[in-house]
Amino acid sequence: MTNGTVTNGTVTTAAPAPAKKSGGIRDLGKMFGGGQSTLRQFGILIALIVIIVVFQILTDGRTLQPGNVINILNGNTYVLILAIGMVMVIIAGHIDLSVGSVAAFTGIVVAIALNRWQWPVPAAILLGLVVGLVIGAWQGWWVAYVGVPAFIVTLAGMLIFRGANQFVGNSTTEPVPDAFTWLGGGYIPDFGGGPFSNGTLVLGGIVALALIVQEVLLRRRQKRIGAERAPVWVSALKLVLLVAVVVAATLLFASGRPGTSFPIPGIIVAVLVIVYSFVTGNTVIGRHIYAVGGNWHAAELSGVKIKRVNFFVMMNMSLLAALAGMVFVSRSIASGPGDGQGWELDAIAAVFIGGAAVSGGIGTVIGSIVGALIIAVLNNGLQLLGVSSDRVQIIKGFVLLIAVGIDVLSKRSGGRSLIARFRRPGGDLGPEPSPATAAIINRPDIAPGASGAEASSRPPSTTPN
Amino acid sequence: MADAPHILEMRNITKRFPGVLALDDVSMRVRAGEIHAICGENGAGKSTLMKVLSGVYAYGTYEGDIVYRSEVQHFRDIRQSEAAGIVIIHQELALIPELSIVENIFLGNEPRRFGVINWAEAHRRAIDLLARVGLSDDPDTQVKNIGVGKQQLVEIAKALNKDVKLLILDEPTAALNENDSQHLLDLLRGLKGRGITSIMISHKLNEIEAIADSITIIRDGRTIETLDVTAGGVDEDRIIRGMVGRVLENRFPAHDGSSIGEVFFEVRDWTVQHPLTAERLVCKSENFTVRRGEVVGFAGLMGAGRTELAMSIFGRSYGTFLEGTIVMDGEEIRLPNVSAAIKHGIAYVSEDRKALGLNLLDDIKRSTVSAKLSKISTAGVVDDLEEHKVAEEYRRELRVKTPTVDEGVSKLSGGNQQKVVLAKWMFTDPELLILDEPTRGIDVGAKTEIYTIIRQLAERGVGIILISSELPELLGVSDRIYTIFEGAITAELPVAAADPETLMRGMTSNPHARKKEVA
Repeated sequence: MTNGTVTNGTVTTAAPAPAKKSGGIRDLGKMFGGGQSTLRQFGILIALIVIIVVFQILTDGRTLQPGNVINILNGNTYVLILAIGMVMVIIAGHIDLSVGSVAAFTGIVVAIALNRWQWPVPAAILLGLVVGLVIGAWQGWWVAYVGVPAFIVTLAGMLIFRGANQFVGNSTTEPVPDAFTWLGGGYIPDFGGGPFSNGTLVLGGIVALALIVQEVLLRRRQKRIGAERAPVWVSALKLVLLVAVVVAATLLFASGRPGTSFPIPGIIVAVLVIVYSFVTGNTVIGRHIYAVGGNWHAAELSGVKIKRVNFFVMMNMSLLAALAGMVFVSRSIASGPGDGQGWELDAIAAVFIGGAAVSGGIGTVIGSIVGALIIAVLNNGLQLLGVSSDRVQIIKGFVLLIAVGIDVLSKRSGGRSLIARFRRPGGDLGPEPSPATAAIINRPDIAPGASGAEASSRPPSTTPN
Repeated sequence: MADAPHILEMRNITKRFPGVLALDDVSMRVRAGEIHAICGENGAGKSTLMKVLSGVYAYGTYEGDIVYRSEVQHFRDIRQSEAAGIVIIHQELALIPELSIVENIFLGNEPRRFGVINWAEAHRRAIDLLARVGLSDDPDTQVKNIGVGKQQLVEIAKALNKDVKLLILDEPTAALNENDSQHLLDLLRGLKGRGITSIMISHKLNEIEAIADSITIIRDGRTIETLDVTAGGVDEDRIIRGMVGRVLENRFPAHDGSSIGEVFFEVRDWTVQHPLTAERLVCKSENFTVRRGEVVGFAGLMGAGRTELAMSIFGRSYGTFLEGTIVMDGEEIRLPNVSAAIKHGIAYVSEDRKALGLNLLDDIKRSTVSAKLSKISTAGVVDDLEEHKVAEEYRRELRVKTPTVDEGVSKLSGGNQQKVVLAKWMFTDPELLILDEPTRGIDVGAKTEIYTIIRQLAERGVGIILISSELPELLGVSDRIYTIFEGAITAELPVAAADPETLMRGMTSNPHARKKEVA
């Protein structure tokens, strides 16, 4: 009786949205793939650009000096790497508080392998990744198959692996050999001479070429399959913009002081971003992560193996935490007992500034990277201006609150973004709880698996009739 | 009794939801001290009417007057109606499982002394209240540790504590076994003896016949009639006639059964236990068959175990499987999880498309392919152009009203969302398509379109199970109909032999079960 024709929200008055004409602004929207998350991501990207410009002015141009840019990149590699894993965890509706401790533990193990056991660098790196995988499998098992909420599992992990780091390393600092430091502080090889780093120029050229080839291939594929294509001028404009950014960045990194070129950590982050953007956006497992976070009931009834998805995201997070730990140890030429403290919070903040929803189902790798860069530039810029660290923290706190606050407010009106809200007042959605305000207990990490591996029961809220 | 004054009069109540007229000029009068039943099919407007009465829908959101104890009332929320002595007990109980009985009874209404809860007083009163509803349990027992029947009684005790004058019960016995139901009905009679008026919504006509003094029948948001049971001459047949008496409209696609092939899907002795309550069976040794190209209707009221049957077959998605076999194309198959069911060509369109059918954060194209991504992916990589193409084809075929398949599904109307869910399951190339209330909450035009799609799929040889509580729909679309009541299949009828009255009989009683006297 509570069903039927009266169910509020299932019947909406809104007429189908007027057909959008092709051309003009609408086509511009296709530049970066169109879709709903585009506006949100543009917003974050614009925020980053504004922040950079503001600091560039306030610091009299010091912000965008090659040395400083390399410094921002290298100094924040760990956040960038962690944000990639964290956004997948958060999309699936979980959280990982253990990343800092896992990174620190991996760091000390790798440092000991290199320093005391004299392992070669590749073997030590492999060891570090295996450590990350094992820890991830451990935490993933608890979350996915036992059904303990990820918050608890990783809170325990935070304590366990922090303690393990200090236990293994005797709470002292373990140095790493020079051969290892390229991972976190090295540069791509250079050759020849001249005012610019030729290695960086070659790299920039390759990237620009790859972008052009990719766009051409995409258009060719779209044509073959008969899909709708953006007009040529949009593609061209997109390419011109992207290539301009690449050229500017190339010249920036290539014009640093002699001996520097594009940093290795930058390469690591770039590769991870490409790989994980592809995984989250274009693969079956990626779709399943969004499906579980968005509505795990529906996902389960669509044949998604929820436990596997949860296991994967948790394991993957620890693997990336291990990598972040190694890069950090490499850059600071030693592993210490205090490494990685507070990293989980940096990563989580980056992901939420980057547009992810607390209740899961929403978020992107690129968005989280931009979110991490916003924090990084803010940190760096305020330091350059001589703002003390206490005030820097206060400012960062407000930035996080305001960024997520804008998101929540824009959803409360029923629209997907502030812009949409102004365009169509009132919105045409049913009563949909704002993801960011949805209760944390509704998250899928608690419920599945409570009744054994085979028979899955639905929680009382969805008991039929 | 017939001369007793009216405690409540609802005059010309009209309630609109966007696009839907839920209540259309409904009037009813309840005499003081009687038990008044409200009957009607699912979706007729019974619960909406009670929500209007109890202030869930605030004064001003509906038209018409509520006259209670000779005064026009303007309830703005449920607290105001409770203060006036009107208490509603919903089908899903509003108790907090982790709290004790006494804590639940006084929740939000705690006896206080100097601002501190006076637990001694609370206990004293709780024992008294529990005695009045016939419970002798320790008030400190956690609510989760007592059965559903006792929980229902605790709800009533809670209502008594609020000095209830008009008690509204929405499907009070739906979740109860016969003993508990009997006890509850006895209690209602006892309360009547003490001058408490009750309004009861129920699908169980034998109970209504046994206990009600008057019956108001609602159909399609309108009051049809009020029957005075005390005057005599009212039996189940009379009630059923009032509930279903309407002309079948010509909105169903014609079908002559020519598409029907041989039996390919058979379920035998299907027995499933409730996931939480071990002693409750939601499927009691059910047997049925489906032929290729046949639409098999399952008629049952809410809570009869239709969804439970469908979901337990679909990869054991509901309850605890006890026994039973599934035979498909002559071979016994095991379906331990949803992906196994999908692989065997079984698809299930759930009754609640928002909670169970769709990820509302997703867009149309991704939703369309979400149940069988393997079809458009190589080595785990989804072909997004193919995805767009496929989604576009379904959009055109099912005529989903949307400018583009990139649109979010949350922006679609109910009917169009349902079409996306249908597309999602058609994309899995099902041999057996289970549709659970496929037209719930969507407008008439979209309903007709969905009936047409169902018939087209049958023409192509898909076996279809259509679960519905709307009799015209079942009669208009099905080739053969089973009726379900309390987890058991009570009758099997070819559509030519079925009419609303016979179906409603099968949906409200079990001729095979031991006939138990309710009165």
